[in-house]
Parts: sequence; structure tokens; C-alpha cells
Amino acid sequence: MAEKQQPKAHSPARRREPLEAKGGGAASLRELPWRGKINLRGAAPEFFKAARAALGLELPRDANTVAEGGGLLAFWLGPDEWLAHCELARAEKIMQQLAENLAGTNYAATEVTDYYTVLELSGDHAAAALARGCPLDLHLRVFKPGDCAQTRFGNASVLLHRVEAARFHVQVRWSFTEYVWDYLARAIDACRADLPQ
Amino acid sequence: MLLIKCPWCGARDQSEFSCHGEAHIARPENPAALDDAQWGDYVFFRSNPKGLHRERWMHAHGCRRWFNAARDTRSDRILATYKPFESPPKIKDQKSPAEKS
Repeated sequence: MAEKQQPKAHSPARRREPLEAKGGGAASLRELPWRGKINLRGAAPEFFKAARAALGLELPRDANTVAEGGGLLAFWLGPDEWLAHCELARAEKIMQQLAENLAGTNYAATEVTDYYTVLELSGDHAAAALARGCPLDLHLRVFKPGDCAQTRFGNASVLLHRVEAARFHVQVRWSFTEYVWDYLARAIDACRADLPQ
Repeated sequence: MLLIKCPWCGARDQSEFSCHGEAHIARPENPAALDDAQWGDYVFFRSNPKGLHRERWMHAHGCRRWFNAARDTRSDRILATYKPFESPPKIKDQKSPAEKS
């Protein structure tokens, strides 16, 4: 059997310089260190029990929410679909644990580490910059810290995670990284132009 | 901006969704027993009502789940959305004032 290919652990975003709000920008933009990512599907009661044992956290059952625990993040993607983020080195171990614990139940676990990258957008005007390409209501009353949402930024599908009021993690497909980065960079520029001089 | 309520995610912008035509068209139990006209009717022919229309939609940029929507084709107002395995809610098809007279 062919040896398992190691994750690339970088995306096209490394061709871009991180943007700093301190340099007069309205928000900061950088790529997060590479994370391990596992897509998980299942619906049976025994699936939830086994997933909890393997991941060390309860999968969130409420729509558009994120659960955190044991060094993992679990995003709600659908009524029977979740995405776990973990340290890159742990992904393979967790996949093994899932396979052991979930054997015999109806489930699907797919490692998608290489498929996505995560950009971090932060700063007082982060929400304003995001709103320039995203139709989601980003008001704090609606989209709260700890919420996640799959939505659209420009023409790209993204998974948004509001970590804090003024800090967003934007998970995007690897091949859309430059598109989303450049769109966000221009949005940040446009927000800066709107700031009082 | 038109907001559509995804039965799972809640109200989202129209641009996150894709529409896939008339809903509740059941595949014939025994396709081999149909003649060409009946099969053609199943595959190609759709109702094109002026008023209440039940449609299949997908939350393409969101949870990627299918659901059904009841839409008034005159006003483009979405009257209800419901999950695929739920029975359609009863909605009275109201005629516009111009059609009543």
C-alpha cells in the first residue's frame, strides 16, 4: 500500500503578506497555523455515544453552534453532519479512534485536513469588512461569539466562526484561499477609506 | 434582498439557495408499465401555476440540505418552507383582487 501522503500544511495564502490593523488598516488578516480537520456524519444514538468517546466532547445538536473541549472544536454543519478541528498531529490518531469506536454503526468520518484553510479576520472593523461580501446578518444580537454559520463570501462558500465579538475565523476551500483573501483585503481597504481621517 | 427560511439553519439570504423545480413528483412505481406519453409526462412536464407553487430548494452555500418551499408565483412571496419528509402545510391559494372580479 502506498505510504500516506503528509498534509501540505500550507495554502496559497502564504503568497500573501498578513495584513495588520496597526498599519492604519481597519482590520487584521492572517492565516491560522494549519489544523487537522475531520468531517463526521451520523445520526443514530449509538453514533453520538461513540463519537463522544472518541472526540472527548459532545457534538453540538443546535444549528449554527460550536462545541469546544479536549483541545477540539466541533462545528455544526447540518442535522447529521459535523466538522472537528484539532491539532494537525492529532488528526490521524482521532481518525483511528473514531474507526474503532464507531465500528458497526452507520457513520462516515473523512479527514479533510488538506481541503480547507482557516483565515483569521480581527479588529474593530472586522464585521464591517466581512459584511462587504457576506449576506449574513453579522449583528452581535444575531450572530454571537461562539456561533458558526456556513454562508457565502463573494462567490465562495465559507464556514464562519465568530470567536469573539471582533474576531472571525473564516474557513474556506484551499483553492478559494487567494480569492477570499484578496476580496477581504480590498474590503478592509474600503472600510479604512470610510473611517474618519 | 429576499430572505428564505431554511428549515435547519433559519432565515438566510436568497443567494445562498438554489431552486430545483416542482416538488412532490413521485417516481412511478413501475416505470416499465408506462407508455411513452406517461413517461414523458413524468420526466418533462411540470405544472406552471399562477399562484401557489410547491418547489424543491437546496441550501447550497449553507447546510446543503434539500427542503420544500411553497411560493406564490405572482408575488414571489415564500409562504412556507418545510423539510422533505414533512407533509406539506395547508395553504389557501388566495386569488389576487384583479382575478376575483
